[in-house]
Amino acid sequence: MSSQRIFRKDFNSTTKIRNKVLTLLSVIVLLGFLFYADRNLDAYSVRILQNIAIFIILAVSYNLINGIMGQFSLAPNAFLAIGAYTSAIFTLSPEEKLRSFIIEPMIWPLSQISLPFSLSLLIAGIVTAFVALLMAAPVFRVRGDYLAIVTLGFGEVVQVLANNLVSLTNGSLGLKGLYPFTNLWWAWGVCIFTVFCTVRLVNSSYGRAMKAVREDEMAAEAMGINAFRIKTFTFAFSAFFQGVAGGLLAHLITTISPSLFTFMFTFNLLIIIVIGGLGSITGSILAAILITWGGEALRVFEEPSTFFGFHYEGIPGMRMVIFSAILIVVMIFARGGIMGRYEFTWDGLFHWFKRKLLILGI
Amino acid sequence: MTVPLDFSFAFQQLVYGLTLGCLYGLLAIGYSMVYGVLRLINFAHGDLLMVSAYFAFFGMVIFQIPWPVSFIGSVLFTAILGILIDRGAYRPIRKSPRINALITAIGVSFLLENLGLVLIGGRPKSFPLPALFEGSFVIGAVNVPALSIWTLLVTLVLLVVCAVVVKKTRIGMAMRALSRDMETVMLMGIDKDRVISFTFALGSAMAAAGGIMWCMKYPAVEPFMGVIPGLKAFVAAVLGGIGNITGAALGGLILGLIEVLFVAVEPDWSGYRDAVSFFLMIVILLTRPTGIMGERLPD
Amino acid sequence: MDLLLDIRALSVLFGGVRALDGLNLEIIKGEIIGLIGPNGAGKTTAFNAITGRIKPSSGSVFFRGQDITGLAPFRIARKGIARTFQNIKLYEDLSVIENVMIAAHSSISYSFMEAILGMGRFRRDESRIRSKALELLELMDLKDLALERANSLPYGSQRKLEIARALALDPQLLLLDEPVAGMNPTETREFGNFLLKLRDNLSIGVGVIDHDMSFVMEVCDKIRVIDHGIPIAWGTASQIRNDKKVIGAYLGTDFDRTQNHNATN
Repeated sequence: MSSQRIFRKDFNSTTKIRNKVLTLLSVIVLLGFLFYADRNLDAYSVRILQNIAIFIILAVSYNLINGIMGQFSLAPNAFLAIGAYTSAIFTLSPEEKLRSFIIEPMIWPLSQISLPFSLSLLIAGIVTAFVALLMAAPVFRVRGDYLAIVTLGFGEVVQVLANNLVSLTNGSLGLKGLYPFTNLWWAWGVCIFTVFCTVRLVNSSYGRAMKAVREDEMAAEAMGINAFRIKTFTFAFSAFFQGVAGGLLAHLITTISPSLFTFMFTFNLLIIIVIGGLGSITGSILAAILITWGGEALRVFEEPSTFFGFHYEGIPGMRMVIFSAILIVVMIFARGGIMGRYEFTWDGLFHWFKRKLLILGI
Repeated sequence: MTVPLDFSFAFQQLVYGLTLGCLYGLLAIGYSMVYGVLRLINFAHGDLLMVSAYFAFFGMVIFQIPWPVSFIGSVLFTAILGILIDRGAYRPIRKSPRINALITAIGVSFLLENLGLVLIGGRPKSFPLPALFEGSFVIGAVNVPALSIWTLLVTLVLLVVCAVVVKKTRIGMAMRALSRDMETVMLMGIDKDRVISFTFALGSAMAAAGGIMWCMKYPAVEPFMGVIPGLKAFVAAVLGGIGNITGAALGGLILGLIEVLFVAVEPDWSGYRDAVSFFLMIVILLTRPTGIMGERLPD
Repeated sequence: MDLLLDIRALSVLFGGVRALDGLNLEIIKGEIIGLIGPNGAGKTTAFNAITGRIKPSSGSVFFRGQDITGLAPFRIARKGIARTFQNIKLYEDLSVIENVMIAAHSSISYSFMEAILGMGRFRRDESRIRSKALELLELMDLKDLALERANSLPYGSQRKLEIARALALDPQLLLLDEPVAGMNPTETREFGNFLLKLRDNLSIGVGVIDHDMSFVMEVCDKIRVIDHGIPIAWGTASQIRNDKKVIGAYLGTDFDRTQNHNATN
């Protein structure tokens, strides 16, 4: 029977083991490459590699909301800011805090705390997830539609708060002198962890429930899926990783200020997940690599900047004009992006490979 | 007769709040109409405010056209731009999932902003104030700028025009029908695309009027000037009951008043002013998601 | 007698219009109940009110003795009421088997964490859900299409898939909204037989809305007729067939002609 053949291919245990071994092997190859890059590549290339890892974390977790669950969030820049500030506040030494908080001293318990980097990342993730929960609950209780506008507004609010809660964030002066904890290993370690968790979750019943909500919320609810709950929790889950990415970013660039976390960040991520294919994790990874690299190339249209900031030299805005045009064109003419909703799988690769061999007559 | 200080202070703030509220209201009306008809958050709506400001600015300053002609021209061009945006970007994806339309909308918004940046530059340009709108009336200790009165007048007139168009004309009724139930409209044989184009034209024209009034009050024209007013206008539209024109205007007024009073009550909070609308939005969603004048929209 | 569903004086108001007015209906385990009436009579409204899609303005719905009036749709579904939709609502872009597996989501016992680690109850639940989904697809003759995309299926198969999905919820009550719409007479007959078998094998209650009178008369143990939201008749197929009010409701036309018209539709 044909169906049995199909299922044997999919659920056969030896293929499963083969796929696992292949995945493990490619992770080892990646680690080997990072080891090589760490020793031999120049600082600029290593920086791009770190950026790529952070953007993969952001894109994959963002895609979970926009692509897989079909809810339109514009929150990443806000979550990134919360994560960056939280982790920075926890890693800065009391002396450094005393030195840089010149307008108002930092509020008491925080001014004395200094935690290891790993712990600060964890706290950054948890705090961000908690904020996401608080915001998502009122929105998802009513109309998912409003998520876009609420998250867009939230991005502005976070900047307002970062500017005004001076005893916590040092206002517009920002936080300086962070120790550059983020190296290739931290960035890629978290990246691999994020991708692993997301893939597992998407391949579980929770992932199917997310997709059901995307496809038809009414039908999902009629089949016993608590759409509110799955949406809110997934939103928080995604925010966790974005908060951690914020922590990584802060300790990569070592200086953060409110003006850093503009909507530009979110827009870049949106481009990435759209070009990769809304709903495809591997597509997001691919596009994150492509755009982070390509974005560097497009920088010739503008003056080089420290990190994705606003700049009024060169032809400012040109890159963004190109990017927004690409976004619209992709949506109208090629809405699947590179991968559509398909994923790269080993089975797919082998299948493709066999077909090629067949065509070549080998 | 002397007006007590507190009273005149309150009245003064009321004048400022109403003026700001009218501007939000003008922007919110178009936002609300487009959402009602298409269920699409047209992120580019706020940027139309910026575009209209540039049109009027170029008319007056570069081409030296008299201001009434510049203003009317700006409204017309913005209306046409609204139609073009719909035809070029939104119509091709009418049948796509909602998220694709939203992404396109944010793309259009960003494209307008950055085109502005590339073509005109990021430095704010000073918007000239025609003599008619200068000056102010002093009532007791209260200073009422002529511009505030004009803003109120323009808003009221345009609101009435809009309400009449929507309630009394054939195309307006089609708009209302469309915002209730897409399929019924198809059955009635109304040209849906024409109604949508008209909605965009009307909404964009209102945004343009709001944009020009805005620039006379805050005379700095720059590519990203529409972002924050756009966000707030959407909150105003939700507050008033999305899809409802009078509600949108009312929502704008309330939001303007709340913002001004918030700072008036405690000047130390002025830094948080732009956050007020966000928290208001959350409060509306928690307490009265259909807004003040809204009815429950069918899913 | 095992009373599943007990609807008492259920009314729904839509902006001043009474879409449903005082509906009483009982569905007993192992019974197929028909709900018929002219277009716009409020049949789908009744289903929507039962399943929590819309809030009834008055009256109550009891399911196995429990008041479920106005509960959230997913809670009602979890209590054991599954439904299909008049205008098929599948998860179009997902595979056939995923469509069915999704309905078993409420039966999983593993947590977010276990899903991520892929351990513990995760494996057991996943293989249980998968084999159950395959079983149901086999039952509906869809097993060969398991990996196809749902919206690539022909219309009839989509209807079947919707039923397979509903059954994956392990319902005690199955509400079918126009299940044979778009089927030819042979398919309709086959489906009728299938439904009778389903009722007997699973011993569940079934509620059916359909315009195909011969189908409804064939399979239903009892029939409730409504018109303009108001219940006008209740009884067995033969009682309904001869009811003057019912004949009147169908536009006063010859009832048999309506039957034929609908059967060929």
